[in-house]
Amino acid sequence: MFLWVIKRDLLLAMRQRADVLTTLFFFVIVVSLFPLGVGPEINMLRAMAPGVVWVAALLASMLSLERMFFSDYLDGTLEQMLLSPQPLSLLVLGKALAHWLVTGVPLALIAPILGVQFDLPIDALLVLTASLLLGTPVLSLIGAIGAALTLGLRGGGVLVSLLVLPLYIPVLIFGAGAVEAISVGLGASAHLSLLGAFLLLSLVFAPWAAAAALRISLE
Amino acid sequence: MAINWFKYSSPASFYSLAGKMIPLFSIISIVLFVLGLYTGFFVAPTDFQQSEAYRIIFIHVPAAWMSMFLYLIMAGWAAIGLAFNTRLSSMIATAIAPTGAMFTFLALWTGALWGKPMWGTWWVWDARLTSELILLFLYIGFMALQAAIDDPRRADKAGAVIAIVGVVNIPIIYFSVKWWNTLHQGATVSLTQSPKMATTMLTGMLIMSLACWMYSIAVILMRTRTIILERERNTMWVSDLQGAA
Amino acid sequence: MLKVTNLECVRGENSLFKDINFTLEAGELLQVNGPNGSGKTSLLRILCGLAKPAYGEIQWCGNSIRSLDEEYHSVITYLGHLNGVKDNLTAIENLSISCALAGNEIDENKAYGALQYMGLGGREVLPVKVLSQGQRRRVTLARLLVCSTVLWILDEPLVALDSTAVDLVQRLLEQHLDQGGMVVMTTHQDIKVTAVLTKRLQLV
Repeated sequence: MFLWVIKRDLLLAMRQRADVLTTLFFFVIVVSLFPLGVGPEINMLRAMAPGVVWVAALLASMLSLERMFFSDYLDGTLEQMLLSPQPLSLLVLGKALAHWLVTGVPLALIAPILGVQFDLPIDALLVLTASLLLGTPVLSLIGAIGAALTLGLRGGGVLVSLLVLPLYIPVLIFGAGAVEAISVGLGASAHLSLLGAFLLLSLVFAPWAAAAALRISLE
Repeated sequence: MAINWFKYSSPASFYSLAGKMIPLFSIISIVLFVLGLYTGFFVAPTDFQQSEAYRIIFIHVPAAWMSMFLYLIMAGWAAIGLAFNTRLSSMIATAIAPTGAMFTFLALWTGALWGKPMWGTWWVWDARLTSELILLFLYIGFMALQAAIDDPRRADKAGAVIAIVGVVNIPIIYFSVKWWNTLHQGATVSLTQSPKMATTMLTGMLIMSLACWMYSIAVILMRTRTIILERERNTMWVSDLQGAA
Repeated sequence: MLKVTNLECVRGENSLFKDINFTLEAGELLQVNGPNGSGKTSLLRILCGLAKPAYGEIQWCGNSIRSLDEEYHSVITYLGHLNGVKDNLTAIENLSISCALAGNEIDENKAYGALQYMGLGGREVLPVKVLSQGQRRRVTLARLLVCSTVLWILDEPLVALDSTAVDLVQRLLEQHLDQGGMVVMTTHQDIKVTAVLTKRLQLV
């Protein structure tokens, strides 16, 4: 059942590839805007790179949150999922995982190319990818709560940003921090372990909270 | 003495009880504010390091305390409302949010005012100030979510979920910000080593906190009464109230 | 068996209905009638557990559906006024995925057979977005053919269907009732379904 949800959402994403690519290009464009805004001074860019890439990843992941439940809500398939004999939190977990596979993973894979634009060394690029791979699933999981709460509300897209961006802050701090730590030669393992801890925590709590939120929103 | 607490969980009886309590809390709050401000501005000695500028802590510190307490209390009421389906608890949670946000804003504002003479800049990315800013975002998120939902029952429950998620996250956020801050500790002044406080300073601050508590209770009761009237406008007891007036 | 006691539904500030009582035994059909806005859809959503009643209780075989929760979901099939099909998936994908999500995985032959029966032969691999309203409704209704649930809760199942399809649904319902199933449905159209007992509930 859990696998069916993932399969279904991936199939739908394949049929609407444009949506996935839009998120990806949004990410690329936002990151590329920063050098234009602050000037091409390479030392400053190198120092800024982790933060810039991570903030852009946060925004890109957040902008695609609406996709997670909204179209299912409109055509009634979400209603059917609520009536499934499986625990709803498992379903939500599947949907968050599918969201991560179509947004988080592509972002993490393209991030090294963007890092090169900012002259990041190889080891920093690797840590950047690793931190994104660990951090973006947390964003999808927390985002699921926000997306479920704002389901069908007017201005839902902007509202969701108010709700989830403050909750994204720890991921931002440790994600960008990991890259920065490796750049100054401190080693990123502490940061990455903490990101892993956040991932475990959100795997346990977020599906449950998002399931409660879905029930509230669909009543 | 056995009090029937459940009697007051009905909005109608709470409405009249709150009406009686508001003047009491308002008066206590005004007296305490006068007392506290007098202590703060005239009794407490001038600080040898920070001269007169430090006196802003008599507002800043209680406001910061209140902002955190009120978020916890708000989430607590919201959670009770969600778990036991008691309408009144959710209404109280909704009534707390604006007061909490106000205190958060006040703490930030006075923090900036304090920062200028202290560090020569209005804003430093200090761990506590940053956390306070994030707390303000959490309050705003809660209020914006409730405002966007037309159905009051859904608004109550959705607000409760986001408040609980916020409470779980606050320690994580605070810890993260602190870690971040120590890593980037440059020329900023550490706030943690506060100079030893004179007893009168402490007394002034405690009186001011108490005053803020009383003020919060009074204002929250008033706001709860308004929400009760708004939601129960079609019931018998509200029309009776109108008839009496 | 389904037992409903003193059900009340409040929407906004007014009470849509109250003191709804009925029981439904194997082989029985409950037709819910009433004008627009009388709360038919709300009643069905409460019956399947999507919405909570303001007051009253619903019991399935003596247990409250609140306490049964997911267990109750495995004995009901609810078709709402939304079709619950994805525009970008084909008819066959829609049918097999919605069955799988309902905890009832079916093999491809069975799915093809069901669509064939609903008169969608030859259109199985078309994305649903190119089908007409009536054909989409048929895709939705095909689920009834392959599901193994006891209680069907159907909200206007006949909307957008032509007379052939209405006949199909009628036969499908009779077969289900004949095998000891239960049906709760709303409809504005006249449909003659023979059942052990047909109950009517009039909402005002």
